Amino acid sequence: MSAKEVIVVGGGLAGLAAAMKLAEQEFHVKLVSLTKVRRSHSVCAQGGINIGINLKGEGDSPIIHAYDTIKGGDFLGNQPPILEMCMAGPAILRMLERFGCPFNRTLEGNVDFRRFGGTLYHRTAFCGASTGQQLLYSLDEQVRRYEAEGRVEKFENHEFLRLVQDEDGIARGIVMQDLYNSNLIVLKADAVVMATGGLGVIYKKSTMSTFCTGAANGRLYMQGMKYANPEFIQIHPTAVPGEDKMRLISESSRGEGGRMWVYGNSSKTIEFPDGSVRPCGKTGEPWYFLEEMYPALGNLVPRDIGSREVLRVCELGLGAEGKPQVYLDVTHLSPEVHHKLEAVLDIYQKFTGEDPRHKPMKIFPAVHYSMGGAWVDWPAADDPDRGARYRQMTNLPGCFCVGEAEYQYHGANRLGANSLLACIFAGLVAGVEVPRYLNALKKQHTDIKEIHFQGALQEEGEKRSSLMNRKGPENVHKLHDELADWMLRNVSVKRNNEDLKKTYEKIKEIRERLEHISLDDKGSILNQTYTFANQFGPMLELALAITEGALRRNEFRGSHFKPEFPKRDDENWLKTTIATYDPVRREPVIGYEPVDLRHLDPIKRDYTHAKKVEPTLKNIPTNIQLPL
Amino acid sequence: MTSKFTLKILRGIRGEQYWEEFELSLTPSANVVSSLMEIQRNPINKEGVRTTPVAWEQGCLEEVCGSCSMLINGKPRQSCTALIHSLIQEYRSSTIVLAPFTKFPLVRDLVVDRKQMFESLKKVKAWISVDGTWDEKEKGEKISPEVQEALYVLSTCMTCGCCSESCPQVNERSEFMGPAAMSQLRLFDSHPVGSLQKSERLHAALGKEGIAGCGNAQNCVRVCPKNIPLTESIALIGREATKQAFREFFSLPDA
Repeated sequence: MSAKEVIVVGGGLAGLAAAMKLAEQEFHVKLVSLTKVRRSHSVCAQGGINIGINLKGEGDSPIIHAYDTIKGGDFLGNQPPILEMCMAGPAILRMLERFGCPFNRTLEGNVDFRRFGGTLYHRTAFCGASTGQQLLYSLDEQVRRYEAEGRVEKFENHEFLRLVQDEDGIARGIVMQDLYNSNLIVLKADAVVMATGGLGVIYKKSTMSTFCTGAANGRLYMQGMKYANPEFIQIHPTAVPGEDKMRLISESSRGEGGRMWVYGNSSKTIEFPDGSVRPCGKTGEPWYFLEEMYPALGNLVPRDIGSREVLRVCELGLGAEGKPQVYLDVTHLSPEVHHKLEAVLDIYQKFTGEDPRHKPMKIFPAVHYSMGGAWVDWPAADDPDRGARYRQMTNLPGCFCVGEAEYQYHGANRLGANSLLACIFAGLVAGVEVPRYLNALKKQHTDIKEIHFQGALQEEGEKRSSLMNRKGPENVHKLHDELADWMLRNVSVKRNNEDLKKTYEKIKEIRERLEHISLDDKGSILNQTYTFANQFGPMLELALAITEGALRRNEFRGSHFKPEFPKRDDENWLKTTIATYDPVRREPVIGYEPVDLRHLDPIKRDYTHAKKVEPTLKNIPTNIQLPL
Repeated sequence: MTSKFTLKILRGIRGEQYWEEFELSLTPSANVVSSLMEIQRNPINKEGVRTTPVAWEQGCLEEVCGSCSMLINGKPRQSCTALIHSLIQEYRSSTIVLAPFTKFPLVRDLVVDRKQMFESLKKVKAWISVDGTWDEKEKGEKISPEVQEALYVLSTCMTCGCCSESCPQVNERSEFMGPAAMSQLRLFDSHPVGSLQKSERLHAALGKEGIAGCGNAQNCVRVCPKNIPLTESIALIGREATKQAFREFFSLPDA
């Protein structure tokens, strides 16, 4: 008899896709979420979802999509999962259409596609400028239907604290906390799917929702979960700085024709990507720096490149109004195009008071996405041991991970509009791999000694009282400000080893001071101060892994830019970083793993003369089975 | 412009609510959320007494997740888009009053539990009953841009609860589910495939919790942060449901 209960932690696109797929196969799913799942961070995705379906007569295909994704990720992504994700794209689009997702349409009534960064194809399906919201709602609705049938049980406003493992290290449940009353609760099951998203809050002000602390991943990492490519953090070129967060202005604004510029200054020079040194435009006239530097892709260069160029232009003192910001201009676009971008233009107007339809927006890069995450397995379709391994499973048996929380699909830099696809795809994959895993599992959680659950519960209880009883001069929110300040300055767009070393020591110092905080709230009802203080410890451990990973990697690849080592170094660094936690020394141990390059040999990542190519990928298995 | 402003906040738990004031420095782009963050960092009230940080709900801070609803100067709205300097100008007062919604169970301070809104989505069957997630391998239904546009507008509802909060008919004596659920019912009835389950949604539309509860006060459309035509939805469901009820009454299956 196979076990029929599965815990899914996280109710964004990835978690909901997994929950839906499992419920469809009549599993009982316990869905745990910090918030009402319909409010998960996936709602923030604006621009769209990439599908290589060729509905624009351009000859696009899943193979070209995979090629662009591998190249866009600067060859750090394992290629088999990327290939299958892209191959599943068209079926995922059809599925979402059936769910009623309101994709924009052409006059003929077909799904419309817009352009996005890192490709020359119209590949991005979209719902106005709130695509993530609409996709999330579509999956939320299907999951609600299963909830009404009793197949899904939601634990909203609950936080994951710990994985419960039996004597063999196999996942048998979790300890969670009811955020409304602070009760600690054990939830049992025979598989746990983690879908807890990104970690932007480590940098405090990012484009991410306030839920995205990375704490769940930090906790699992401290429990022995391998964490891959921590140093790869995506900085989005276009966000609006605010007091509380950096608000994203979608790449679709450029996909629809928006242009980035600053006023030129011909007395200043800058090195172009081709190595030539040229003047910074003409004095007093708009200088469309991306269009000049990258004639083929122009404003639609991949995000890592866009962010670096914005920074370089600002460092030359050319920032708009003398500040670190550049113009993102959509004023020349038609009212119809403005309408397609309405959700994002409205947000800009609401927060700045300026109408971007008439006045260019002012933007600056911001922390946006974590390419790295939980290491998960991916036996390829034609690997001899395919049947004995489980896709999307972490190194902790029975604990799977999907979505932004894991590392598989984006390599060293994620292409815009690939995240929504990756989240849904991985969720569906978990939805078919978990049943396989459960079928092979010998014991059920009902056979597991109660002491394992009670022990985990007790440990979390002790942690809580230790935190509540701390008496010292430090304030956890001020420590957070300090962490964010160091991380933003030294571990974002541009890194150097000297500052990385200092940052590493600083994080350890903050960790030490965390022992000497006093909580301003000691109550049990919705104690948000306690909740955050409890998250902050694991966040610091991930911050150490990010910083150490960055310090070790002496090259320039994708989002990891280290001017001391200005070239991609395939000979030494074409490998995946694996961080494991040493609980005795309380430090990350960094190791490396080869990248699976079986479909495409690394080539130079050149976007100055990009043209449409018809790439061939080699060794494509003939027995690929998509999860839908 | 004043360089300081005051947040007057209705705090506490059910049955034990009280007002507390905080004085903060005005920064150019401050909003209600960033001000609450400042209180969280330094929870000292206007009297100079150290207190507990104020609890509030937040998420995307881009007005798309629906988390951060509250009453701001008595008006239900999202607190992320509530800019302090605009509020001071609009109300000609440097005191801004924050209070939790009143139509949902209070959790603490500014946080209420809006679970009932999601329960209502079950009652109106706000979904399309697909056969399953497997690939049908054929192109989906063609939908005109006009229909897509109409569906999209309805589908931007972020379940923030401003409509219910403003609605005089949503109260302890009434079972009315509120405007948002009604509008979602319309969304799925309007979808070419969703409309196949129209009759299943009929009961919810015509029952005590349905459109009959609406008193046409029009408050909901005025406060909806996404400008969803809520009253139009309710009127439309009314017409459609009556037609359908007649059909069923006379049991003419394919009329």
